[in-house]
Amino acid sequence: MCLAMPVRISQLLPEEMAVVDMDGVSREVSVALIDAPQEGDYVILHVGYAIGKLDAEEAARTLALMDQLAAGEQA
Amino acid sequence: MKYVDEFRRGDIARGMAAQISRLVDPAREYRLMEFCGGHTHAIARYGLTGLLPDNIRLIHGPGCPVCVLPIGRVDSAIELALRPDVILCSYGDTLRVPASNKMSLYQARAKGADVRMVYSTNDALQIARDNPHKQVVFFAIGFETTTPPTALALIQARQEKLANFSVFCNHVLTPPAMRHLLAAGDAVQLDGFIGPSHVSTVIGSAPYAAVAEEFAKPVVIAGFEPLDVLQAVAMLVEQINQGRTEVETQFSRAVTHEGNQKARERVAQTMTLRDSFEWRGLGQVPHSALAIHPDFAEFDAELRFALPYRHVPDHKACECGAILRGQKQPQDCKVFGIVCTPDNPLGSCMVSSEGACAAHYHYGRFVQGATA
Ligand code: SF4
Repeated sequence: MCLAMPVRISQLLPEEMAVVDMDGVSREVSVALIDAPQEGDYVILHVGYAIGKLDAEEAARTLALMDQLAAGEQA
Repeated sequence: MKYVDEFRRGDIARGMAAQISRLVDPAREYRLMEFCGGHTHAIARYGLTGLLPDNIRLIHGPGCPVCVLPIGRVDSAIELALRPDVILCSYGDTLRVPASNKMSLYQARAKGADVRMVYSTNDALQIARDNPHKQVVFFAIGFETTTPPTALALIQARQEKLANFSVFCNHVLTPPAMRHLLAAGDAVQLDGFIGPSHVSTVIGSAPYAAVAEEFAKPVVIAGFEPLDVLQAVAMLVEQINQGRTEVETQFSRAVTHEGNQKARERVAQTMTLRDSFEWRGLGQVPHSALAIHPDFAEFDAELRFALPYRHVPDHKACECGAILRGQKQPQDCKVFGIVCTPDNPLGSCMVSSEGACAAHYHYGRFVQGATA
């Protein structure tokens, strides 16, 4: 029940609501806990609320580190 | 799915695991507690224990909100639900938690109680608007991730003057539980923590600094995908090898030092620290839970319905307590998979998919020594 997932904001709605896209399914969620949500942002969704933004650059950096760690074996 | 699939790649996982095997000092053991049920679930589902060297032991911790809810609190919710004037709302897993006398909220519903499963606090507010002649109580449970949505519901209820809405607040806090486990001393030997990811999205990484410093244990805040867990293990092994005890963040794509300020403010406005709160398995833990703030007292179900707290002991056969303290594994419980199954749980660890027993039942049952 603590599990949350990354979803993409596809449309902002009035009253701090938004439509998000989860693997092709859209759902209405609240973005009231997020500062300045934008269409196209990825957010972590939990019990109907976006609880934090996902930083695309940091995600790329993490993936690069994982690649490095995985490749370390051959080094 | 973007930001999910990339963190599940098997080829990378195997490479990372091989590299971890080269990093570890074969002369020692690394006992790492995965605090969150989300990690327990990922470890069991992706068989991560099998990928890692034998001297890395992953120990299940108390980080499943359904699992740590003590029976006394569920009994109170059932008592409320059985009142003819009450509609009780909660998240799905909560309804299946076994309470006293073989009752659960599901069973209360079969006995005629009006119990509704909601996906969001907004659903509970809507039920209150739609049923002005009933008392609608939201049975709030969860860690720092589910707390901000409850805070917003309280603010919204006050704005709308929703006189028939209240919250039975059982929100618990992660850092005090970690501290409590470590303070218990010899009960369980730990070398480091895989720290909560989504909780830290809200509270930030800062609150773990005191835990790491005070008890000289490294904490690596990790995401819930399998590669996240492996990377966190590698980071912990490096810290332990170098004798460092710092808070590091593997889940940097969503966690900052200070967390989500806006969410934290809403919580501070509507809730206040309890002196003490009972956790299943851990007993009374000081300053480890939240109650409704006196400013919002009119929406506090504990006051509205004068709910006293009673301690109720766990089922004698159930080892959930020891499992939540990191002392036992699901297969150590005599009734695991026999009397106690996900369809018919005897203890709370078998209820939610993040519970140690449920994770082990679904994915690790036949693997000897699989993750606890
Ligand atoms: S198997 Fe069931 S009874 Fe045993 S510890 Fe797990 S949840 Fe409790």
